[in-house]
Amino acid sequence: MSHLVTEMTAKALDLSIPLSVQLDLTYRCNERCVHCYLDHHDHGEMTTAEIKDLLDQMAEAGVFYLTISGGEIMMRRDFFAILEHARARTFCIKLKTNGILIGEKEANRLKSLGVESIQVSIYSHRPEVHDAITKLPGSLKQSIEAIRRLRGRGLRVIVANVLMTKNAVDYAGVQELCKELDAHFTMDPTITPMMDGDRSILDLNVDEGTLREVFRNGALVGNVEEFCAPPQGPDDEALDSLPCSAGHTACYVSPYGDVYPCVQFPLPCGNVRRTKFADIWRHSPQLNEVRSITLRDMPSCSKCAHGATCSRCPGLAFMEGDMRGPSYQDCEKSYARTGIPSENLKARKASPEPYHSLRLVQIQGVQVPSLGLNGKMSEPSPVPA
Amino acid sequence: MSPKRYVARSRAIAARALGDETMVMSAASSTLFTLDQVATLIWEAADGVTPLDQIVTDKVCKQYDVTPDVALRDANALVEQLAEQGLLLLSDQPITEPGKLAAGAR
Repeated sequence: MSHLVTEMTAKALDLSIPLSVQLDLTYRCNERCVHCYLDHHDHGEMTTAEIKDLLDQMAEAGVFYLTISGGEIMMRRDFFAILEHARARTFCIKLKTNGILIGEKEANRLKSLGVESIQVSIYSHRPEVHDAITKLPGSLKQSIEAIRRLRGRGLRVIVANVLMTKNAVDYAGVQELCKELDAHFTMDPTITPMMDGDRSILDLNVDEGTLREVFRNGALVGNVEEFCAPPQGPDDEALDSLPCSAGHTACYVSPYGDVYPCVQFPLPCGNVRRTKFADIWRHSPQLNEVRSITLRDMPSCSKCAHGATCSRCPGLAFMEGDMRGPSYQDCEKSYARTGIPSENLKARKASPEPYHSLRLVQIQGVQVPSLGLNGKMSEPSPVPA
Repeated sequence: MSPKRYVARSRAIAARALGDETMVMSAASSTLFTLDQVATLIWEAADGVTPLDQIVTDKVCKQYDVTPDVALRDANALVEQLAEQGLLLLSDQPITEPGKLAAGAR
């Protein structure tokens, strides 16, 4: 982060300004990605007028960085009307899309409206892998064509490569593709639970060996020695630091007007259909609770050697049951990065979860064994050695 | 007497007030700038139809202890810099449509 951005973020924090908002316009999508955390049915999206009013309110509240995402944003017929309104309110706009609906006309319109960047998801350079993840035949070809259209007009394109078991060996190919397309490559090695709490898609997360390999790849992380350095443990300054920007200078608004600290932090804080955005931002008890938490308040993480350097996501911790607790997925990442287990991992190893032998229960007169969720046998949680 | 100078905010920018400052980002280069209090006054008044010397007199000199000559010299330097970065449009004629510049504009 540049010095200026750090300075601006610190000022926004002092002034309690929501500098960044992600607004999802819709959860509908023309792809059906295997790892997606959303329910794609429309449960009553905000209307064009409601969204325009929300944009006015957000501009008034001081929002500068606006990420417009979904679902697929172009599934909304009013997408360009919304984007035009947002640009007239001088937001700095990043779009997230699969690009499939971006033809020549749409690319021209995006260019003329002046968005800061457009993020396109590419899972593999191989159509058979990418299209199997999106479950849409021909989707890689269409997404690449869109990127070429956007780059041809000088628009900044960021390729988002989500790493999972199904594409674990393809990131280098996607990096090469990005060089050819002159697009910026980013990778996210974390599959998150569905917003309704269903954790079944977490099985798609790559194993520790793959994570370790990724974290030692200089082309991905920069200085490997620095990135994988053993943790020093949190000092007083780190203990009083804030976990991340969620709820502090950033928040998320769903297509239904629900406000959350972050798209990965499904703690409902209010709804803009009932309450003004600024009032939710300033007065929501849930947001204020999120804001009150420092590393010092986290019983396990404050004592952990990784406390100051961990990528702990409070949203993932919340989904694991405690927003003041550790996030197991981030503990695994810290371990893969440094080879040193977190306090949480050590505690799990010391006292593994109790084994419950199978028992029989009776449902509607039929005897069935009580297994895990969805009738599948639960796998024991992996504990690093 | 030097000709009137008109200034208009470019449409190819993102901007937001942050306390008494203003953040401005160039869409072309994704470069972030901040404007201090005085620069923010000029930025906010840059409507394309109010001459720069009038902005300086009406906004800057009314609020700050500065002579019009000094304030106008500083304002000219600022708007030149902002124009170089593509954040502001300059013209010797009123700019009514920032997307369509009048002759003499850059």
